[in-house]
Amino acid sequence: MAPQVAKKDLSTHTLRYAVRLGDDALILGQRLSEWVSCAPFLEEDIALANVALDYIGRARMYYQYAASLSPHHKSEDDFAFLRGERDFENYLINELPRGDFADTIVRQLIVDIYNFHYLSALRHSKDQALAAIADKSHKETRYHLRRSRLWTVRLGDGTEESHQRMQRAIDEIWGYTHELFTQDSLEQLLVEKNIAVDTASLRTQWFTDISATFQEATLTLPDTEWAIHGGRKGYHTEYLGRLLSEMQFLHRSYPGCQW
Amino acid sequence: MAQSNVQLFEVFIRLKNGLNHQHVGSLHAENQQQAMDYARDCYSQSDELGNIWVVQSENIVSSQKEDRDSFFSVSDKPYRHASHYTLPDEIKNM
Repeated sequence: MAPQVAKKDLSTHTLRYAVRLGDDALILGQRLSEWVSCAPFLEEDIALANVALDYIGRARMYYQYAASLSPHHKSEDDFAFLRGERDFENYLINELPRGDFADTIVRQLIVDIYNFHYLSALRHSKDQALAAIADKSHKETRYHLRRSRLWTVRLGDGTEESHQRMQRAIDEIWGYTHELFTQDSLEQLLVEKNIAVDTASLRTQWFTDISATFQEATLTLPDTEWAIHGGRKGYHTEYLGRLLSEMQFLHRSYPGCQW
Repeated sequence: MAQSNVQLFEVFIRLKNGLNHQHVGSLHAENQQQAMDYARDCYSQSDELGNIWVVQSENIVSSQKEDRDSFFSVSDKPYRHASHYTLPDEIKNM
Protein backbone atom coordinates (compact mmCIF):
# COMPACT_ATOMS: atom_id res chain seq x y z
CA MET A 1 0.00 0.00 0.00
CA ALA A 2 1.28 3.45 -0.89
CA PRO A 3 2.20 5.50 2.16
CA GLN A 4 -0.37 8.07 3.17
CA VAL A 5 0.77 11.59 2.50
CA ALA A 6 -0.69 14.46 4.46
CA LYS A 7 -2.45 17.04 2.32
CA LYS A 8 -0.08 19.73 3.49
CA ASP A 9 2.95 17.71 2.41
CA LEU A 10 1.45 17.07 -0.98
CA SER A 11 0.97 20.79 -1.49
CA THR A 12 4.60 21.44 -0.47
CA HIS A 13 5.81 18.79 -2.90
CA THR A 14 3.66 20.15 -5.72
CA LEU A 15 5.01 23.64 -5.05
CA ARG A 16 8.56 22.39 -5.36
CA TYR A 17 7.73 20.44 -8.52
CA ALA A 18 6.17 23.54 -10.11
CA VAL A 19 9.26 25.58 -9.20
CA ARG A 20 11.49 22.95 -10.83
CA LEU A 21 9.50 23.10 -14.05
CA GLY A 22 9.67 26.89 -13.85
CA ASP A 23 13.45 26.69 -13.37
CA ASP A 24 13.84 24.51 -16.48
CA ALA A 25 11.85 26.99 -18.53
CA LEU A 26 13.42 30.17 -17.14
CA ILE A 27 17.04 29.06 -17.48
CA LEU A 28 16.59 27.84 -21.04
CA GLY A 29 14.64 30.99 -21.95
CA GLN A 30 17.45 33.16 -20.54
CA ARG A 31 20.05 31.17 -22.48
CA LEU A 32 18.10 31.45 -25.72
CA SER A 33 17.64 35.18 -25.24
CA GLU A 34 21.44 35.52 -25.47
CA TRP A 35 20.99 35.15 -29.24
CA VAL A 36 19.05 38.40 -29.49
CA SER A 37 20.90 40.74 -31.87
CA CYS A 38 23.51 38.14 -32.85
CA ALA A 39 21.66 35.22 -34.46
CA PRO A 40 22.84 34.12 -37.93
CA PHE A 41 20.40 36.44 -39.70
CA LEU A 42 17.58 38.80 -38.84
CA GLU A 43 14.61 36.48 -39.40
CA GLU A 44 16.18 33.74 -37.27
CA ASP A 45 17.03 36.31 -34.61
CA ILE A 46 13.35 37.18 -34.25
CA ALA A 47 12.28 33.53 -34.34
CA LEU A 48 14.74 32.58 -31.56
CA ALA A 49 13.62 35.53 -29.46
CA ASN A 50 10.02 34.34 -29.79
CA VAL A 51 10.98 30.88 -28.57
CA ALA A 52 12.91 32.43 -25.66
CA LEU A 53 9.84 34.46 -24.74
CA ASP A 54 7.64 31.37 -24.88
CA TYR A 55 9.93 29.77 -22.28
CA ILE A 56 10.00 32.83 -20.04
CA GLY A 57 6.20 33.02 -20.24
CA ARG A 58 6.06 29.34 -19.31
CA ALA A 59 8.34 29.94 -16.32
CA ARG A 60 6.02 32.72 -15.13
CA MET A 61 3.00 30.40 -15.25
CA TYR A 62 4.78 27.73 -13.19
CA TYR A 63 6.15 30.27 -10.69
CA GLN A 64 2.79 32.00 -10.33
CA TYR A 65 1.18 28.68 -9.56
CA ALA A 66 3.96 27.85 -7.07
CA ALA A 67 3.47 31.28 -5.47
CA SER A 68 -0.24 30.54 -5.04
CA LEU A 69 0.69 27.39 -3.09
CA SER A 70 3.31 29.14 -1.01
CA PRO A 71 2.49 29.49 2.68
CA HIS A 72 5.04 32.33 2.89
CA HIS A 73 3.32 34.50 0.24
CA LYS A 74 6.23 34.26 -2.17
CA SER A 75 5.90 35.96 -5.55
CA GLU A 76 7.05 34.83 -8.98
CA ASP A 77 9.87 37.39 -8.75
CA ASP A 78 11.09 35.82 -5.50
CA PHE A 79 11.48 32.50 -7.32
CA ALA A 80 13.17 34.00 -10.36
CA PHE A 81 15.41 36.65 -8.86
CA LEU A 82 15.97 36.04 -5.16
CA ARG A 83 17.23 32.45 -5.07
CA GLY A 84 20.84 31.40 -5.33
CA GLU A 85 22.46 28.78 -7.50
CA ARG A 86 21.90 25.87 -5.08
CA ASP A 87 18.18 26.67 -4.87
CA PHE A 88 17.64 26.24 -8.59
CA GLU A 89 16.70 22.67 -9.51
CA ASN A 90 16.67 22.81 -13.30
CA TYR A 91 18.12 20.03 -15.42
CA LEU A 92 21.74 20.81 -16.29
CA ILE A 93 21.14 20.62 -20.04
CA ASN A 94 19.22 23.91 -19.84
CA GLU A 95 22.07 25.89 -18.29
CA LEU A 96 24.89 24.86 -20.64
CA PRO A 97 26.36 27.81 -22.55
CA ARG A 98 24.70 28.98 -25.71
CA GLY A 99 27.64 27.75 -27.78
CA ASP A 100 27.47 28.14 -31.54
CA PHE A 101 24.29 27.82 -33.56
CA ALA A 102 24.75 24.04 -33.87
CA ASP A 103 24.98 23.70 -30.06
CA THR A 104 21.77 25.67 -29.72
CA ILE A 105 19.89 23.67 -32.35
CA VAL A 106 20.97 20.30 -30.95
CA ARG A 107 19.94 21.27 -27.42
CA GLN A 108 16.62 22.58 -28.71
CA LEU A 109 15.93 19.37 -30.61
CA ILE A 110 16.66 17.22 -27.53
CA VAL A 111 14.58 19.44 -25.25
CA ASP A 112 11.75 19.98 -27.73
CA ILE A 113 11.19 16.26 -28.32
CA TYR A 114 11.38 15.71 -24.56
CA ASN A 115 8.91 18.52 -23.86
CA PHE A 116 6.59 17.34 -26.61
CA HIS A 117 6.08 14.02 -24.82
CA TYR A 118 6.42 15.45 -21.31
CA LEU A 119 3.72 18.08 -21.80
CA SER A 120 1.45 15.58 -23.56
CA ALA A 121 1.56 13.55 -20.37
CA LEU A 122 1.34 16.53 -18.01
CA ARG A 123 -1.89 17.59 -19.73
CA HIS A 124 -3.47 14.62 -17.97
CA SER A 125 -2.11 15.53 -14.54
CA LYS A 126 -4.58 15.31 -11.70
CA ASP A 127 -3.39 18.78 -10.75
CA GLN A 128 -5.62 21.00 -12.87
CA ALA A 129 -3.36 24.03 -12.81
CA LEU A 130 -0.37 22.05 -14.08
CA ALA A 131 -2.56 20.38 -16.71
CA ALA A 132 -3.71 23.79 -17.96
CA ILE A 133 -0.15 25.13 -18.20
CA ALA A 134 0.87 21.98 -20.07
CA ASP A 135 -2.00 22.37 -22.50
CA LYS A 136 -0.98 25.89 -23.45
CA SER A 137 2.73 25.07 -23.56
CA HIS A 138 2.28 22.01 -25.71
CA LYS A 139 0.98 24.13 -28.58
CA GLU A 140 4.13 26.26 -28.41
CA THR A 141 6.38 23.23 -28.20
CA ARG A 142 4.85 21.73 -31.35
CA TYR A 143 6.10 24.80 -33.21
CA HIS A 144 9.49 24.80 -31.47
CA LEU A 145 9.97 21.17 -32.45
CA ARG A 146 9.08 21.84 -36.05
CA ARG A 147 11.82 24.50 -36.11
CA SER A 148 14.52 22.48 -34.39
CA ARG A 149 13.77 19.39 -36.48
CA LEU A 150 14.04 21.27 -39.77
CA TRP A 151 17.23 23.05 -38.67
CA THR A 152 18.78 19.74 -37.57
CA VAL A 153 18.14 18.21 -40.98
CA ARG A 154 19.24 21.36 -42.81
CA LEU A 155 22.55 21.60 -40.94
CA GLY A 156 23.26 17.89 -40.43
CA ASP A 157 22.68 17.12 -44.09
CA GLY A 158 24.14 20.47 -45.18
CA THR A 159 27.75 21.35 -45.84
CA GLU A 160 30.77 19.48 -44.52
CA GLU A 161 31.32 22.16 -41.88
CA SER A 162 27.70 22.34 -40.72
CA HIS A 163 27.62 18.54 -40.45
CA GLN A 164 30.83 18.48 -38.39
CA ARG A 165 29.58 21.18 -36.04
CA MET A 166 26.28 19.38 -35.49
CA GLN A 167 28.00 16.07 -34.80
CA ARG A 168 30.41 17.73 -32.35
CA ALA A 169 27.48 19.41 -30.60
CA ILE A 170 25.69 16.07 -30.21
CA ASP A 171 28.81 14.35 -28.87
CA GLU A 172 29.34 17.10 -26.29
CA ILE A 173 25.77 17.30 -25.00
CA TRP A 174 24.72 13.65 -25.05
CA GLY A 175 25.87 12.90 -21.49
CA TYR A 176 23.44 15.50 -20.18
CA THR A 177 20.37 13.74 -21.64
CA HIS A 178 20.34 10.84 -19.14
CA GLU A 179 19.39 13.14 -16.28
CA LEU A 180 16.10 13.92 -18.03
CA PHE A 181 14.89 10.38 -17.30
CA THR A 182 15.82 9.99 -13.65
CA GLN A 183 13.57 11.18 -10.83
CA ASP A 184 14.10 11.61 -7.12
CA SER A 185 11.69 10.44 -4.40
CA LEU A 186 9.78 13.74 -4.47
CA GLU A 187 8.86 13.36 -8.13
CA GLN A 188 8.26 9.62 -7.77
CA LEU A 189 5.75 10.33 -5.04
CA LEU A 190 3.98 12.87 -7.26
CA VAL A 191 4.00 10.33 -10.09
CA GLU A 192 2.19 7.88 -7.80
CA LYS A 193 -0.39 10.58 -7.12
CA ASN A 194 -0.85 11.16 -10.88
CA ILE A 195 0.40 14.72 -10.52
CA ALA A 196 3.90 14.55 -12.01
CA VAL A 197 5.06 12.96 -15.26
CA ASP A 198 6.83 9.61 -15.12
CA THR A 199 9.84 10.55 -17.25
CA ALA A 200 11.25 7.02 -17.52
CA SER A 201 8.12 6.08 -19.47
CA LEU A 202 8.92 8.73 -22.11
CA ARG A 203 12.41 7.51 -22.84
CA THR A 204 11.70 4.96 -25.56
CA GLN A 205 9.53 7.33 -27.58
CA TRP A 206 12.01 10.18 -27.11
CA PHE A 207 14.86 7.97 -28.29
CA THR A 208 12.90 6.72 -31.31
CA ASP A 209 12.04 10.26 -32.38
CA ILE A 210 15.52 11.64 -31.95
CA SER A 211 17.10 8.67 -33.75
CA ALA A 212 14.76 9.18 -36.71
CA THR A 213 15.65 12.87 -37.00
CA PHE A 214 19.38 12.19 -36.65
CA GLN A 215 19.15 9.53 -39.33
CA GLU A 216 17.40 11.92 -41.69
CA ALA A 217 20.09 14.49 -40.90
CA THR A 218 22.91 11.94 -41.53
CA LEU A 219 24.05 12.39 -37.91
CA THR A 220 25.02 9.55 -35.60
CA LEU A 221 24.24 8.86 -31.96
CA PRO A 222 27.34 8.82 -29.79
CA ASP A 223 28.23 5.56 -28.08
CA THR A 224 29.82 7.30 -25.10
CA GLU A 225 28.94 6.11 -21.62
CA TRP A 226 29.35 9.28 -19.55
CA ALA A 227 26.33 10.73 -17.81
CA ILE A 228 26.06 13.81 -15.60
CA HIS A 229 23.40 14.28 -12.95
CA GLY A 230 22.77 16.86 -10.25
CA GLY A 231 20.38 19.56 -11.46
CA ARG A 232 17.38 18.33 -9.48
CA LYS A 233 19.56 18.30 -6.35
CA GLY A 234 20.82 21.83 -6.89
CA TYR A 235 24.32 20.72 -7.98
CA HIS A 236 25.14 22.74 -11.05
CA THR A 237 27.77 23.32 -13.67
CA GLU A 238 30.03 26.36 -13.35
CA TYR A 239 27.87 28.12 -15.94
CA LEU A 240 24.69 28.62 -13.93
CA GLY A 241 26.17 31.08 -11.43
CA ARG A 242 27.21 33.49 -14.15
CA LEU A 243 23.85 33.20 -15.87
CA LEU A 244 22.07 34.00 -12.61
CA SER A 245 24.28 36.97 -11.78
CA GLU A 246 23.49 38.53 -15.16
CA MET A 247 19.78 37.71 -14.92
CA GLN A 248 19.32 38.76 -11.29
CA PHE A 249 21.61 41.74 -10.80
CA LEU A 250 19.02 44.40 -11.64
CA HIS A 251 16.41 43.02 -9.29
CA ARG A 252 18.96 42.55 -6.53
CA SER A 253 20.46 46.02 -6.98
CA TYR A 254 17.08 47.75 -7.08
CA PRO A 255 14.76 45.51 -5.04
CA GLY A 256 11.17 45.61 -6.20
CA CYS A 257 11.96 47.91 -9.13
CA GLN A 258 9.32 48.26 -11.83
CA TRP A 259 9.49 49.60 -15.35
CA MET B 1 23.57 31.96 -43.42
CA ALA B 2 25.17 33.06 -46.67
CA GLN B 3 22.77 35.19 -48.64
CA SER B 4 23.17 32.78 -51.57
CA ASN B 5 21.26 30.16 -49.54
CA VAL B 6 18.19 32.29 -49.05
CA GLN B 7 15.59 33.82 -51.28
CA LEU B 8 13.44 36.88 -50.84
CA PHE B 9 9.75 36.35 -50.09
CA GLU B 10 6.86 38.80 -49.87
CA VAL B 11 4.42 38.34 -47.01
CA PHE B 12 0.68 38.97 -47.16
CA ILE B 13 -1.60 38.66 -44.16
CA ARG B 14 -5.38 38.55 -43.94
CA LEU B 15 -6.50 39.42 -40.44
CA LYS B 16 -10.11 38.32 -40.77
CA ASN B 17 -12.21 36.26 -43.11
CA GLY B 18 -13.78 38.47 -45.74
CA LEU B 19 -10.99 41.03 -45.79
CA ASN B 20 -8.24 41.14 -48.36
CA HIS B 21 -4.74 39.87 -47.81
CA GLN B 22 -2.48 42.86 -47.31
CA HIS B 23 1.19 43.14 -48.08
CA VAL B 24 3.04 43.52 -44.78
CA GLY B 25 6.68 43.20 -45.78
CA SER B 26 9.34 40.84 -47.01
CA LEU B 27 11.82 38.40 -45.52
CA HIS B 28 14.63 36.00 -46.35
CA ALA B 29 14.18 32.24 -46.08
CA GLU B 30 15.58 29.08 -47.55
CA ASN B 31 12.29 27.74 -48.87
CA GLN B 32 8.54 28.21 -48.73
CA GLN B 33 8.12 26.29 -45.48
CA GLN B 34 10.74 28.32 -43.65
CA ALA B 35 9.32 31.52 -45.15
CA MET B 36 5.95 30.65 -43.66
CA ASP B 37 7.51 30.03 -40.23
CA TYR B 38 9.43 33.30 -40.30
CA ALA B 39 6.35 35.17 -41.53
CA ARG B 40 4.59 34.01 -38.42
CA ASP B 41 7.51 35.05 -36.24
CA CYS B 42 8.24 38.38 -37.89
CA TYR B 43 4.87 39.73 -38.93
CA SER B 44 2.00 38.21 -37.02
CA GLN B 45 0.97 38.76 -33.43
CA SER B 46 0.44 35.56 -31.53
CA ASP B 47 -3.20 36.37 -30.83
CA GLU B 48 -4.08 36.90 -34.48
CA LEU B 49 -5.81 33.96 -36.07
CA GLY B 50 -5.50 35.12 -39.64
CA ASN B 51 -4.23 33.67 -42.85
CA ILE B 52 -0.73 34.13 -44.27
CA TRP B 53 0.50 34.02 -47.86
CA VAL B 54 4.16 33.93 -48.76
CA VAL B 55 5.23 34.43 -52.36
CA GLN B 56 8.72 34.36 -53.79
CA SER B 57 9.47 37.95 -54.73
CA GLU B 58 10.87 36.92 -58.09
CA ASN B 59 7.44 35.53 -59.04
CA ILE B 60 5.86 38.93 -58.76
CA VAL B 61 5.41 40.80 -62.03
CA SER B 62 5.68 44.53 -61.52
CA SER B 63 4.47 47.32 -63.76
CA GLN B 64 7.21 49.44 -65.30
CA LYS B 65 7.60 53.17 -65.35
CA GLU B 66 7.39 53.32 -69.14
CA ASP B 67 3.97 51.62 -69.03
CA ARG B 68 2.56 54.45 -66.99
CA ASP B 69 0.87 56.29 -69.85
CA SER B 70 -0.99 53.32 -71.28
CA PHE B 71 -1.89 51.81 -67.89
CA PHE B 72 -2.93 54.76 -65.82
CA SER B 73 -4.44 57.37 -68.18
CA VAL B 74 -8.01 56.55 -67.23
CA SER B 75 -8.99 59.86 -65.63
CA ASP B 76 -10.93 60.78 -68.77
CA LYS B 77 -12.81 57.45 -68.78
CA PRO B 78 -15.31 57.73 -65.89
CA TYR B 79 -17.27 54.75 -67.25
CA ARG B 80 -14.46 52.52 -66.00
CA HIS B 81 -15.16 53.40 -62.37
CA ALA B 82 -17.96 52.01 -60.27
CA SER B 83 -18.06 55.21 -58.21
CA HIS B 84 -21.66 56.01 -59.13
CA TYR B 85 -23.10 53.16 -57.09
CA THR B 86 -24.17 53.91 -53.54
CA LEU B 87 -23.09 51.21 -51.13
CA PRO B 88 -25.47 49.83 -48.50
CA ASP B 89 -24.40 50.74 -44.96
CA GLU B 90 -23.92 47.08 -44.07
CA ILE B 91 -20.95 46.80 -46.41
CA LYS B 92 -17.97 48.12 -44.55
CA ASN B 93 -15.02 46.66 -46.38
CA MET B 94 -15.34 47.56 -50.04
